[in-house]
Amino acid sequence: MLSIPASCASVVQGLGPKSGIGMPLLNVPFASAASVATGIAEAFKQLGVKGRAVVWAGDGGTADIGFAAVSAAAERNSDVLYVMYDNEAYMNTGIQRSSETPKYAWTTTTPAYAGGKKEQKKDVALIMLAHGAPYVATANIAYPQDLYRKLKRAAEIEGFKFIHLFAPCPPGWSFDPSLTVEVARKAVETGYWILWEYDDGVFKLNPPSTIYADKSKRRPLKEYLKLQGRFAHLTDEQIAELEKEIDKRWDTVLKLAKAFGK
Amino acid sequence: MRQLASLKTALTGNYAVAYAVKMAKPHVIAAYPITPQTTIVEKLSEFVAKGELRASFVNVESEFSALATVYGASMAGARAFTATSSHGLFYMYEMLWWAAGSRAPIVMAVVTRTVGPPWNIHDEHNDILAIRDSGWAVAMASSVQEAFDLTVQAFRLAEKAYIPVAVGLDGFVLSHTVETLELPPQELVDEFLPPRSPNAPMPLRPGLPLTFGNIPSDDRIHAEHLKRIYWAHQEAKKAIKEIDAEYGKLLGRSYGGLVERRWLEDAKYAVVCMGAWCGDAEAAVESLRREGVPVGLMRLRFIRPFPDEEVAELEAAEKVVVFDRDITPAGGVLGREVASVLGRDKVVDVVAGIAGVDFKASDFKAAFRKALEAEKGVVLI
Repeated sequence: MLSIPASCASVVQGLGPKSGIGMPLLNVPFASAASVATGIAEAFKQLGVKGRAVVWAGDGGTADIGFAAVSAAAERNSDVLYVMYDNEAYMNTGIQRSSETPKYAWTTTTPAYAGGKKEQKKDVALIMLAHGAPYVATANIAYPQDLYRKLKRAAEIEGFKFIHLFAPCPPGWSFDPSLTVEVARKAVETGYWILWEYDDGVFKLNPPSTIYADKSKRRPLKEYLKLQGRFAHLTDEQIAELEKEIDKRWDTVLKLAKAFGK
Repeated sequence: MRQLASLKTALTGNYAVAYAVKMAKPHVIAAYPITPQTTIVEKLSEFVAKGELRASFVNVESEFSALATVYGASMAGARAFTATSSHGLFYMYEMLWWAAGSRAPIVMAVVTRTVGPPWNIHDEHNDILAIRDSGWAVAMASSVQEAFDLTVQAFRLAEKAYIPVAVGLDGFVLSHTVETLELPPQELVDEFLPPRSPNAPMPLRPGLPLTFGNIPSDDRIHAEHLKRIYWAHQEAKKAIKEIDAEYGKLLGRSYGGLVERRWLEDAKYAVVCMGAWCGDAEAAVESLRREGVPVGLMRLRFIRPFPDEEVAELEAAEKVVVFDRDITPAGGVLGREVASVLGRDKVVDVVAGIAGVDFKASDFKAAFRKALEAEKGVVLI
C-alpha cells in the first residue's frame, strides 16, 4: 500500500483514471506522506487488514518539507516503510536546490557562476538512525539486488523502516541517460555513496562498499564528478576539499560500524 | 419505546464531544494540542489508555499531520477523528482541501478561537468560517448537549455523503463550560450509527491496485470531480434533515436540520446567528417579544452546506439582523452569506463579540435596535 507525495513519482506513475503502478496507491500532499502512511498502518491494524504502509518519496518531500512528519513517524516507531529516493534536488519542478544537493553542485537556484551550492548535503539516513528506528539503510539504484534484499528485510520488521536510495537524475545532473547506472556505480566506487545498514542494533557496511573502507581502493572522485555537468565548474581545490569531506563521512560510518558491530 | 435509560449528567462541551466520539467507536484518532481544543483529545487518550475505547490514538507533531493521519486512516476504510482550533486549523489548510477532494469521511471538532496576532485564546468564529469553501460540511453547536448530538450525527453524515464534517463549538463558552446533558445508552448510538462499511466505496486494500489522486489525462475529469463535490453538498442538505429527524426518533432530540427556528411564524424582524451565543440572542428576542416587538430567530446549525432554502423563508420579514462573531475586510461572513439569499437591502450585519469580547443578552437587545436604525450594511459593535 503505497503513499506518494508530490515528486517525480507523481508523474511517472501515469495519468488518471489509469495507473502504471500495479499496487494500491494514494497520492498525498507534499509534506504529509509519513503521517498519511501512519494513518493507513493504524487503520489496517484496527480493521484487521494484512498489509504494509509504504512511502515512496523524494528528497525534497522527505528531507525538507516533509521532515517534521518523517521525524515524528520515526520517533513514534509507526509501522511504516519509508523509501526516500534521493536525486539531490527538486527535479520535478526543474532542478532547484534541496538540503540533499551536494556542496558545489549547480542547480537552477545555486548558479555555477556563483559557485554552486554553498552548504553540505544533509545526511538523512544517519539522522534517522539517531531516532532509534529499528531499520535504517542506504541503497543505490546501481545495486538492485542489495536494494531488493533491504526492502525484503525491512518488510519483515514491525516499526519504522527507512531506506535512503541514491537515484541519479540525468537532466538534473546533466549527463546522458545511458550513463545512469554508470554514474550511480561511480558514486559507490569513489566512496561518495556508502552502502550500509542498521538492523536490530547492528550497524554494518554492505558490499561493494565494504572494500572501499580502505581508501586506497577508492577511485578518484573526479571520475564521478566529470560525468556530470552540474560539477563542470569545480576547481581542483574544490574537488580535493570534497574528497576530504568523503574521508570524514567514511570516518563516521566506520566508527559506527565499530561501535554497533556484532 | 424500549426501556434504555439515558444518563443525565453534567459535562463541559469538550468532554461531551469526547464522549460522543467514544460512543461513535472510531478506529483512529490523531491528536495535537491547542487551546481550547486540548481537553477533547486528552479525554479520548484516557478512554483509549483505560481500554474503554478500542482505537489507535496517534500523537503527531503538528495539526497538519493530525489531519494527514486521520486522512490516511479514513482512506483505508477506518472511522477517524481529530480536533483542533484556530491556528491549528489554519496549519491544516492544505490537508483540509485534500481530504475534502478525496471525499474522506473524517469528523473533526473545531473549538472556535480567535486568530492572532495578538495571541488570544478566546472565542470568535473566524477560524471555522475560513474553511467554508474547502469542501467540508461545517456545523456549529449551541449547547453542550448539541455538541454531543452533532458529533454523533456528524459521523452518520460524513459516511453517508462522503463529505468530511467539521463540528464547531465555541471556545470556553461551550468547550470549558459545564452544562447538563443526557448521554444516550450505547445500544441506541450503535443502532443510529452502525460501524463504517469497510468496503464502501473504494478502500485502499492490498491486492486491489487502485490509484487515487494521480494527474488526470484530461482536465475535464478533474472538473467533473469538483462538480460532484458541489452536488454532494446539495444532496447533503436532505441527508442532514433526515439524519437529524432519525436521531430525534431514536435518541429523543432533533434540532430542525440545517437551522433551528424560534418564533418566526409571525415575525416582522428576524435575527440570524450561529453558535453558543444564540442562547443569549434567544433570551434577547424573547425579551423583545414581551415588549411587543414581533421578532423571531433563526439559528444556523450548518453553514456548509449553506441553508439557502431555509434562509429564503425570511423573505417575509421586513428586516433581517445577522449577528457575526467574526470580521473580515468585507464585513461579517454570515451577513454576506445571508444577503446573498435575501438581498442587501433587507439585511443588517452586526459584527460583535469578536476577539472574545463578552456579549450578553442585553447587548443583543441594544445592538438589535441599532441595527434597525441602520436599515442595512454593516454595524460594528
